[in-house]
Amino acid sequence: MSILINKDTKVITQGITGKTGQFHTEKCQEYANGKECFVAGVNPKKAGEKIFDIPIYGSVKEAAAETGATVSVIYVPPAGAAAAIWEAVEADLDLAICITEGIPVRDMLEVRNKMKAKEAAGGKKTLLLGPNCPGLITPDEIKIGIMPGHIHRKGRIGVVSRSGTLTYEAVAQLTEIGLGQSSAVGIGGDPINGLKHIDVMRMFNDDPDTDAVIMIGEIGGPDEAEAAEWCKANMKKPIVGFIAGVTAPAGKRMGHAGALISGGADTADAKLAIMEACGFTVTRNPSEMAKLLKAML
Amino acid sequence: MKIHEYQGKQILKKFGVTVPRGIHCTTVDDAVKAAETLGGKVWVVKAQIHAGGRGKGGGVKVAKSLDEVRQYASQILGMQLITHQTGPEGQKVRNLLIEEGADIKHEYYVAALTDRATQKVAIMASSEGGMDIEEVAHKTPEKIIKVFVDPAAGLTDEQALTLTKGIGIPEGSVAQAVDTLKKLYTTYMETDASLAEINPLIHEGDGTIKALDAKFNFDSNALYRHPDIVAMRDLDEEDADEIEASKFDLAYISLDGNIGCLVNGAGLAMATMDTIKLFGAEPANFLDVGGGATTEKVTEAFKIMLKNPKVKGILVNIFGGIMRCDTIATGVVTAAKEVHLSVPLVVRMKGTNEEIGKQILRDSGLPIIAADTMAEAAQKIVDAVK
Repeated sequence: MSILINKDTKVITQGITGKTGQFHTEKCQEYANGKECFVAGVNPKKAGEKIFDIPIYGSVKEAAAETGATVSVIYVPPAGAAAAIWEAVEADLDLAICITEGIPVRDMLEVRNKMKAKEAAGGKKTLLLGPNCPGLITPDEIKIGIMPGHIHRKGRIGVVSRSGTLTYEAVAQLTEIGLGQSSAVGIGGDPINGLKHIDVMRMFNDDPDTDAVIMIGEIGGPDEAEAAEWCKANMKKPIVGFIAGVTAPAGKRMGHAGALISGGADTADAKLAIMEACGFTVTRNPSEMAKLLKAML
Repeated sequence: MKIHEYQGKQILKKFGVTVPRGIHCTTVDDAVKAAETLGGKVWVVKAQIHAGGRGKGGGVKVAKSLDEVRQYASQILGMQLITHQTGPEGQKVRNLLIEEGADIKHEYYVAALTDRATQKVAIMASSEGGMDIEEVAHKTPEKIIKVFVDPAAGLTDEQALTLTKGIGIPEGSVAQAVDTLKKLYTTYMETDASLAEINPLIHEGDGTIKALDAKFNFDSNALYRHPDIVAMRDLDEEDADEIEASKFDLAYISLDGNIGCLVNGAGLAMATMDTIKLFGAEPANFLDVGGGATTEKVTEAFKIMLKNPKVKGILVNIFGGIMRCDTIATGVVTAAKEVHLSVPLVVRMKGTNEEIGKQILRDSGLPIIAADTMAEAAQKIVDAVK
């Protein structure tokens, strides 16, 4: 088992014909069951054509109807990415994963509020992962996104993080000491996004094949603290927590649009303190995340 | 991206918010001329820098004669204005705003910003204008009122009235205040701002609601659709090295320590900086080379880091995913040779083609110190610069 995706998931790639989309679609196809999973691409101008043997459709709706796909991955450039997310939502997919970095915040605000309005009106809820994220992987089954597949091993540890390379760091540490992963999820570094730490922690808590979780956060925003409070009341599994940015100055955007200290409550120290108070095993040394987790099993 | 107050007021005015009449100038003579053009008996001479707290630092003066305008303009222009936001070295004043005086009866605070928790636009208001809002938030949080706006609906009359009543706008000025708040919201959305703040917003003796200050931050992801705002960018107000880095698509922020860091990925870059601190030193910079680190980018990154005279050692931490370690290793070797690197260099590489990358470093003949983990790398560079 795993969360969100597995070897039977059927995926549509939006932006499959662009440079990034092509490059990563090929890598995803090569990984585990990828050949069976990646069943459709979307580009209205190239409908009817094929790329890497994957048929291209004119719209997400059409691709979903023809292939039965329930998940899409989005590599569409920033100016059109929010519209691509909305297209996936209108097609009633289960999950849209937006890899695109650099989407204007206003576009994300608008599409997130439209998504919530659709759900409130009784429409189907489409989960969104990202944007500006590496995607997610269930090792040895399916990889959707831009992470290096070969560092992962199948196993029973969940990983959730805002940062791509820091997710890889945690995964590689786990793999090195013999702990595989159930799923590894990158939720992305933007201020307005879809799934948050709390949502992914809920899923790991409910997943019978996840035994423990590494939760990685960053400076900026209330999400890690919110997740920690939820875990304190509900989480039945051990958690190792790390927050990047103890040395980050206030008021400076540290690469990620979301990594910006704006008040007193969203510093790394404040978040680490809350996580610790909520029962996480926190570390200030990111090199020992996996080692700490192993000691708790 | 930030802009000056006088530019912010131009934007507010364009969207229909009442602002004082004012003229931007860059010389003392022009400042006096501006005061003459504006007329009246009282003028405000305001330093234009991108940092807040200008009044407390001596950058805002009320002049009661043209002679005083001349006197204050000569004092302020060219000064190193030090505020709580500039750092101890201050910021040189190159621009002035000369404004007509205002008949201030009360100062309020209003601002629009994006609220991450609700994923809506927050409009904040307070009766305690004219002072540091963080202090108000800390000491008297009940005096800050917020409403959350769904972009599909916009700021409603009801929400605007909640704010104006909550901060005690007098009855006769409520209609104009509601209108001002709605225009502030529109300005925020239409310009893709990440912060639009008026502090203070005032009401005058005749009831007029006026914006006496304007502070804007814009979403850098959206600048492509606002060439008029990009044209307002003042490079003199920004860090020269950060501008240089952005030309090569490098995210760089200079800090106070002595260990330069070159990392791929924002989260890993922060984690690397934190690890350096954990081992007793301080990072000299944040530097994310991003996903497609070419030899050229790595070389530029080295050059930018080494411009900082405080740098006594460099730590490179790369997680090779799609970006292969051998590519990075080649880049590091080429860069180190090109810049004639004379400070210790520790390289930690992990991921795709790790062994080939390490071999390239060993074969380079350069005194590169290798490390397997972030912690080991931090320990080694801290020891090397002692």
